[in-house]
Amino acid sequence: MRAIEFRDVSYTYEDGDADGDPSNAQRGGFQIKHLNFAVEEGEFVAVLGHNGSGKSTLARLSNRLLAADSGEIEVFGTPLTKKTVYEIRKQIGIVFQNPDNQTVASIVEDDVAFGAENIGLAREEIGARISFALKAVGMEQYRNATIARLSGGQKQRVAIAGVLALKPRIMILDESTAMLDPRGRREIMDVVVRLNREEKITVILITHFMEEALLADRAIVMNRGEIVMQDKPAGIFARHEELLTYNLTLPRIGMIVKGLNAGGMPVSDTLDLEKLAGEIAECVS
Amino acid sequence: MRIVAEHLTYTYNERSPFEKRALDDISLTIEEGEFFGIIGHTGSGKSTFVQHLNGLIRLPSSRKHFHPKKPKRGQPAPPAPVLKVGEFDLCDRRTDFRALRRSVGMVFQYPEYQLFAETVKEDVAFGLKNFAEKKDRPRAEEIETAVREALAAVGLNAAEVGEKSPFDLSGGQKRRVAIAGVIVTRPEVLILDEPAAGLDPLGKREIMELLHELHRTWCKTIVIVSHDMDEIAENCTRVAVFKDGTVPYVATPKELFSHAEELYALGLDIPLTAKLTAALARRGIAIDCDFTTEDFLAKVLALKKGGAS
Repeated sequence: MRAIEFRDVSYTYEDGDADGDPSNAQRGGFQIKHLNFAVEEGEFVAVLGHNGSGKSTLARLSNRLLAADSGEIEVFGTPLTKKTVYEIRKQIGIVFQNPDNQTVASIVEDDVAFGAENIGLAREEIGARISFALKAVGMEQYRNATIARLSGGQKQRVAIAGVLALKPRIMILDESTAMLDPRGRREIMDVVVRLNREEKITVILITHFMEEALLADRAIVMNRGEIVMQDKPAGIFARHEELLTYNLTLPRIGMIVKGLNAGGMPVSDTLDLEKLAGEIAECVS
Repeated sequence: MRIVAEHLTYTYNERSPFEKRALDDISLTIEEGEFFGIIGHTGSGKSTFVQHLNGLIRLPSSRKHFHPKKPKRGQPAPPAPVLKVGEFDLCDRRTDFRALRRSVGMVFQYPEYQLFAETVKEDVAFGLKNFAEKKDRPRAEEIETAVREALAAVGLNAAEVGEKSPFDLSGGQKRRVAIAGVIVTRPEVLILDEPAAGLDPLGKREIMELLHELHRTWCKTIVIVSHDMDEIAENCTRVAVFKDGTVPYVATPKELFSHAEELYALGLDIPLTAKLTAALARRGIAIDCDFTTEDFLAKVLALKKGGAS
């Protein structure tokens, strides 16, 4: 089943159209043009693109934080309209970049409960969902902790738990690891991969870290508001020259492979460290 | 300016339930002209240390009413801390901290969030005016020149962006303006906390290139705090590893990253080139490189040519 589908979706930021978010004000005239793509249920898709390529706009369009100017968006077969938006928002959870901007309460369990309370669930159900969500992100022992005293990675996991408490079928992470240190980043990616594999949640991961994109089933590259590449991550990174024109780079291992090839060493286009080491060993001995 | 720290200790919220020892008897020397890297986990004391270097955190002995603690009976007095940045003695309360802050520029994490003025020019000029001596206020044309030069140093044209609001610029440009606002006082030492965090890959590369350019032309010494081991391996002359308020290792990237086991034990990573070098070593191929991509490629390719001839 299709989890989400964009058909010919366009959106233009008008000059001074801030939508309550000052970061949008500067985008006057920026356009998303004729976006067509679909994500299957249970899929893990990475979205890549330089700053200002339209990645975040795509995320905001998919649950109508921004309403498309034209085109259709369907979520699990239901067209996204003014009427269906609240039902659909229960199915799509978005986690944003800055953990400090996404917490509304001072205690972990209150924060996780916020969304569930908002949709009017019964008290016992909310309790069960908090337990489920905190367990899913590995934060059960912090249920009564003060959020201000958690690390960045832990705060971001609380934000994910808050989204999970709504039992969404799709989760969108909009550069959710950008402000974390490597340990926090690993924590989040472990949680995301596990949610995708075990809970079968569809994941759309927007990221600048090429290494994170390698974990996905498929990657989409955006440039100036358009989708310019769609393929398996390895397929995307094999098209090195094209990526450069979109102001993107290869993961580091890809750069080393290119460097070796340029120097006349015929190693294959692998993204696996041990395999590369093996091939180098064959070439030199 | 040479930075010398000896026996530096700092505790947050001392004598309260939230007491936390952030620095525990640290000694570290950063030579003039270095491109120095600081690595370590969140909470390891990195930021506390760098905040000492321009007096944002003062040593007790530099405060006005300082009475040294008497050592407990029968115990030797702990060694007195030393902190010197060039000729500035940060343990001495007579030190001119205003002059120190002109000479030691500090760029915090996500500096673009600290932009505040109506125009780029005003924002960049703020530090210059703020750190000036009362009797020696810079004249308008001096400010104009300094701002133009600082913007040029970070690759921006004052005529183009000078009158714009800093909030109308792109993310990468905002960060450049924020850096210009720090280097406008011509600091000899520039300290940056995660200068490339949150940027896209191209933005990252541009910022690192900018720092090297500044290192050549503008600030003699650069200190960066980073979580990115590849960035450290590619750019730094030496690295200090912070761990729970101590500095267990100070070494060149080459020395440091050949001790992968010790770094893994601290929960830190090593650059990809070091991982590949280790994987090759397990296959009986020894490579002696400094872990920059350039050197790694050269050494590996040299082996191939050697084998062919």
